[in-house]
Amino acid sequence: MAKIILKGVEKRFGDNTVCDGIDLEVEEGQMVCLIGASGAGKSTLLRCINLLETIENGEILLDGEDISLPGLNPQPVRRRIGMVFQSYNLFPHMTAAENVMLAPRRVYKKSRTELRPEITELFKRFGLADRMDHYPDQLSGGQQQRVAIVRALAMKPEVMLFDEITSALDPQLVGEVLDVLRLLKNSGMTMVLATHEMGFAREAADKVCFLKDGKVVEEGAPSALFDAPQHPDTQAFLARALK
Amino acid sequence: MSKTNAAGKTRRQIYEDRLRRRSMLIAGGSTLAVLLSVLVLVPLAPGWDRVKASFFNWEVFAKTFPKLLEAFKLDVAIFLWSAPAIIILGLLVALARDTRNPALFPLRILGAAYTDIFRGVPVVLTVYLIGFGIPGLGLPRPWNSPYIWGSLALILTYSAYVAEIFRSGIDSVHKSQRAAAQSLGLSDGDSMRFVILPQAIRRVIPAQMNMFIALQKDVALLSFIGPVEIFRQAGVYKSLLANFTPYVGAAVIFLAVTIPATRYADYLMAKQNRERS
Amino acid sequence: MLLDNKPLPPHVLAKEFKREDISVFHKVIAATALTALTASAAFAAGHCADGKTLTEGTLTVATGNPAYYPWVMDDAPESGKGFEAAVAYAVAEEMGFAADKVTWARSSFDQAIQPGPKDFDFNLQQFSITDEREKMVDFSSAYYAAPMAILASADAKGTDATVDALKDLKWGAMGGTTAVPVLMDAIGPKDMPLLYGDNADVTAAMQAGQIDAALFDLPTALYLSAVVVEGSAVIGQFPADRTENPDRFGLLLEEGNPLKACVDEAIASLTETGKLAAIEAEWLQETTGVPLIK
Repeated sequence: MAKIILKGVEKRFGDNTVCDGIDLEVEEGQMVCLIGASGAGKSTLLRCINLLETIENGEILLDGEDISLPGLNPQPVRRRIGMVFQSYNLFPHMTAAENVMLAPRRVYKKSRTELRPEITELFKRFGLADRMDHYPDQLSGGQQQRVAIVRALAMKPEVMLFDEITSALDPQLVGEVLDVLRLLKNSGMTMVLATHEMGFAREAADKVCFLKDGKVVEEGAPSALFDAPQHPDTQAFLARALK
Repeated sequence: MSKTNAAGKTRRQIYEDRLRRRSMLIAGGSTLAVLLSVLVLVPLAPGWDRVKASFFNWEVFAKTFPKLLEAFKLDVAIFLWSAPAIIILGLLVALARDTRNPALFPLRILGAAYTDIFRGVPVVLTVYLIGFGIPGLGLPRPWNSPYIWGSLALILTYSAYVAEIFRSGIDSVHKSQRAAAQSLGLSDGDSMRFVILPQAIRRVIPAQMNMFIALQKDVALLSFIGPVEIFRQAGVYKSLLANFTPYVGAAVIFLAVTIPATRYADYLMAKQNRERS
Repeated sequence: MLLDNKPLPPHVLAKEFKREDISVFHKVIAATALTALTASAAFAAGHCADGKTLTEGTLTVATGNPAYYPWVMDDAPESGKGFEAAVAYAVAEEMGFAADKVTWARSSFDQAIQPGPKDFDFNLQQFSITDEREKMVDFSSAYYAAPMAILASADAKGTDATVDALKDLKWGAMGGTTAVPVLMDAIGPKDMPLLYGDNADVTAAMQAGQIDAALFDLPTALYLSAVVVEGSAVIGQFPADRTENPDRFGLLLEEGNPLKACVDEAIASLTETGKLAAIEAEWLQETTGVPLIK
């Protein structure tokens, strides 16, 4: 069974329907990229999966279990699903290491000394070994975003969600963050990305979904979707995006 | 190869130096003019001798100042035991007003009513009501002490203001910080305690310092219900000597504390504005 | 002076006319010797106050806002009822001002002592005469010498009236009065006394159980024990001769006011004739129902 299954997910803000009956399956270890114009519903869909937003209709299944049931305590679910945001959202009053250790300390009741070795390992793996004790404002955008990824990974999630995590970065810093994503994919992490990096999606994704007005217009393997888009909306979007 | 003169200054630096010298001259000159006109013109006023005798009487000042300083210790003591309580209560009220749990809705309403009422009532009235009212219910000594209930009046009033400032600080932390904390699986309480509050508190420190400067002055209101702090002591001297100089002495003591504190708060505020921009 | 060459201003004419008026009045009632004496004294003093009052021909008297029983009854000094209201009218009469030539003003203590011109000729609201105050303002000679008395709460009214026993009580007083030095000198309480802004606050503190005893002038103490503080009692007093500074009330005038001589003259005359004692007996003994202990 797929790791994540979305069935007819519907999300409204007032009269504005942001997700309009979205169906999606993400297999274990797969990287799925959501593409589409701003406002198509990509970010909202990710926030729904992480239960930061509640949905009006539909189901979100994690390992076959409906996590979108109204009234369900979202905290245990969020521990299993990590999320990284466009604007990093590091905690500015804590060092990188403290940012990373906060949730494991509070949620898994682990001590700093217990955590330090495994955290150090993670920092090393993502090329941040010498940045552990820096504050966020002492780090570049790319470094901050990598710390944010390490922070999410420290909770040992089963799924990672990435919400346009390279959009706020200077172009020369995008590469280092994408490298991290490749590294993660190779380690077998299940990932869902909302992204504008078409080249990266084509190269690394297992599946690409094109969203428009809260609906999945077209989905498929990257080669099929990028090289031979079927739907006219997809064709129009790609024509603009790949120009 | 840069163009510098003998003193090693660039053309721009020389120009700016000249500008600076000029503006300092103008500032110094106008300050001097104002000071001179105050110092010369005021004593020329027909009533100056009488005003001087009753407000700026050196003999009275020297005689009363040591006792006023002694009485000011009580103001400081009241401040020192009230301030921590105000911080704690203010924070609790701010958190109560921020609570999203529907079961705690009454707490939220109570928090709102509390801040509305205590910010809306003159402090003196609260001091009277609580300072005389609650002991009047029949509490035994020492539990009916005006020090206890007067301080409580100050604590309740100032906590209402302090709570609102804390709340504005909490509101000023971007909601993406809360989202980030929640996405990590932190509970709402932990998100508030470890992520939101530390940032919120840091932001409102200058504003809170101004509140506590005001508190230091309002401690004098406790004199209405008996404690002989500096304001009352000055009032006693005023009556006995039929002279207002003791109040001037008290003002000097207050200023010696509040001016440095105000300057420091302004400095913190300016520093924070610089950091944020 | 220059005035000689000019027509008299209207208010001076009015003044002349008024004096004539009084002398006519004088002739009419000359039958009674005592009245004749008083009226001729008024005639003489009328010269004294000429040109020295705030408004020519009238006397402006200030009292507290509000003014209290038994000093002024019902906060209405115009009625002449109450000790100080009666004293004011008696002094005015001595100085040659008929009752309808007396106007009333209100002032706080602070207004009375602040520098600058006053809006009253004299002010009476139980101002104690002290040397320090006399540096800033003028006082008439005393119209009343009040003994200090101790008002004790219901719980403390059994205390012996000895200095040793009184030292242990929790004391209160009104901060701006001479009660404070008397309390410190004559009793020397072990705990620092609590001081208040006015008598109402002192009694509130006593009712709240925060103080056991407070020092007031005797008339005030009697009034408070009888009417305000339930269960309290006046348990002792410091007679004027045992107190270093007996609390003497004087009329307060602006520093250097030439009217002072006339006022002093009037009070001396009232004291001599026994009129002042009669006013005191009427308003401070009969009204309060408790005899003064001398």
